[in-house]
Amino acid sequence: MQSDRAYLDHAATTALLPEAAEAWRDAALIVGNPSSLHTAGRSARRIVEEGRESIADDLHVRPSEVIFTSGGTEADNLAVKGLAWARPDRPRILCSAIEHHAVLDPVAWLGEQGRDIDWLPVDAQGRVDPDVVRARLGSDVALCTVMWANNEVGTIQPIAEIAAACGEAGVPFHTDAVQALGQLPVDGSLAGLTSLALSGHKIGAPVGTGALVLRREARVVPVVHGGGQEREVRSGTLDAAGIAALAVAVRHAVTAQADHAARMIDLRADLLAGIRRVAPDAILNGDPEDRLPGNVHVSFPGCEGDTLLMLLDAAGVECSTGSACTAGVPEPSHVLEAMGVDPALARGSLRFSLGCASTGDDVARVIEVLPAALERASRAATPRLRRAR
Amino acid sequence: MRVIAALSGGVDSAVAAARAVDAGHEVVGVHLALSRTSSSTGTSKGCCSIADAQDARRIADMLDIPYYVWDMSETFAREVIDDFVEAYRDGLTPNPCLRCNETIKFAAVLDRALALDFDAVCTGHYARILSGPEGAELHRAVDPAKDQSYVLSVLTPEQIAATILPLGDSEKSQVRAEAADRGLRVADKPDSHDICFIPDGDTRGWLRAHLGEEPGEIVDAATGAVLGQHTGAYAFTIGQRRGLDLREPAPSGSRRYVVDVDPVAHRVWVGEEHLLATSVIEARDPVWCGPIPSSGETLSVQIRAHGEALGATVEISADRVIAHLDEPARGVAPGQAMAMYDGTRVVGSATIVRR
Repeated sequence: MQSDRAYLDHAATTALLPEAAEAWRDAALIVGNPSSLHTAGRSARRIVEEGRESIADDLHVRPSEVIFTSGGTEADNLAVKGLAWARPDRPRILCSAIEHHAVLDPVAWLGEQGRDIDWLPVDAQGRVDPDVVRARLGSDVALCTVMWANNEVGTIQPIAEIAAACGEAGVPFHTDAVQALGQLPVDGSLAGLTSLALSGHKIGAPVGTGALVLRREARVVPVVHGGGQEREVRSGTLDAAGIAALAVAVRHAVTAQADHAARMIDLRADLLAGIRRVAPDAILNGDPEDRLPGNVHVSFPGCEGDTLLMLLDAAGVECSTGSACTAGVPEPSHVLEAMGVDPALARGSLRFSLGCASTGDDVARVIEVLPAALERASRAATPRLRRAR
Repeated sequence: MRVIAALSGGVDSAVAAARAVDAGHEVVGVHLALSRTSSSTGTSKGCCSIADAQDARRIADMLDIPYYVWDMSETFAREVIDDFVEAYRDGLTPNPCLRCNETIKFAAVLDRALALDFDAVCTGHYARILSGPEGAELHRAVDPAKDQSYVLSVLTPEQIAATILPLGDSEKSQVRAEAADRGLRVADKPDSHDICFIPDGDTRGWLRAHLGEEPGEIVDAATGAVLGQHTGAYAFTIGQRRGLDLREPAPSGSRRYVVDVDPVAHRVWVGEEHLLATSVIEARDPVWCGPIPSSGETLSVQIRAHGEALGATVEISADRVIAHLDEPARGVAPGQAMAMYDGTRVVGSATIVRR
């Protein structure tokens, strides 16, 4: 990355950790399928199982409870569909309205297939109320799913309370911890937690790596059928090199978490203060304190987010409009909608996400170029050639 | 110049952008997100616009220009789709491409481009912009089969002056060949003919979904006899022959056409071809691409997207244009634009009204 650019989109993806790259390379150069029975196969299997044990230790679960997947999306799909399909006798699914599409879309699809979807509302800061969850739990609920922390506005969810409530009600509980891992303490042994999805590339492992932490006693129907390599729950040749890199990245994420979070919180405060200085009418979305350490999600009244993104990119600042993107085609943010943010204001939102490589220089650059971008973007939002008809 | 190249993901806009780059402009590619699928639900995402956005992104990549998506879907829904539905409800025949050029591509997009310090918008339309004594002029493309000046006839001099149309001098086959030479994978992508927000091409079905069923009678314009029933007068366009589904043939044995549509009484009038012929066309709300011609001038007019130029004398007032055609024309549909030409130069356009 050029030094004259400020990359502030770490929630989208972050740089590969050099140690993870090294672990990947070392493992990738060894031939062997972890499921083969000969010596080469056993060496590959050893890499996989060492990785599994390392990740299990880091997340306080048993090695057999770590199921490797191709990433966060597959892990979420396996949990949501797998848990729902395992309980065809329970028609209802509880799901927060602010989930990432990797959860939201499988849940909506199950709804199309005839399941009863009970969308859990959030408050104006984007938080699910555990009392609402408690009130809606019942013996007819196949699963409940609420993310650990929101990827757009960064609000941290009361996961321990929700998990406990689900546990008491005997309802499987899944959480998408893709954004939380590395930024918050993530504990896979939380009472009442059935499954937890994590993604490698958000924490410095290669894209295409990830895992589902799945309680031993949980029953899931596989999504991907085949050789049954992972507990008969997930099939596909095990990616020994990817797993080696993932284990390194998870270890780093967990051990560095407290220091990293402290540094991010300071940088975040500087960034937010700077934004407020140059744009006093900017509105911070999400909980001001109880949010992902690296997340700053702001709405700029009278501006379009896509215009701002373009202007900032041209000025060397890389951020996101924070809305879900499909091949770069923006959709209105279902998260901001669920929070009750005015649609016009929602369109003028940007997400800056800080990460390992972020520095005070990056923050300074944003503050330096933001005023001109805002001025121009608000001008661009004023129709002139469009005739009234 | 600093230029925004609208990239639809198709071959024409790709070659137009490539030529703008070659001409030395500083080009930024923009894909317009105009319509969107209804929700985030899993199975309904196979929408063509996502594949087009991917193609557009890859084109920008190959041209080594920045690429962004501008979400114009709300403006598009309001200005183009709502207008389309309302026009059909009123028994008119709208032209959504022309409306999109008028309100989105050369208005909302150009507005944003100018505010962002760009000088012009570049598109893959087949038409030419030439400099004339009074400034930039809009002209027909050299390839008569591809000429799209009709759908640009709503642009004002200010908009024309900030527009670059690099394809106006080329034939479509040359553009495809050039795309292939440049290694653009969209070289053999089929042309889009349909209305972009009705991807399956079933306009009637789409209208039924938006307007509901409004059953009514199909009536013989000469005798007043009821010849059949329909489920929505909005599905009929003046000059239409197919899909009338009439049980009895006309006594004379000649074909019957839609000659008028009454959206209030939900009545569709049909009759013989000669009833379609008209020598006078009245149109409202003219837009002039350059100097306003004087009343009584001899021009040519075009009354549909792929229609021919018809010789006419035009009577002009502030909000009306009346064209007296040299020869009677058939199938003059209210709601369509009447574009006016002086030779190849587009003079302006106005919306045809019911007689």
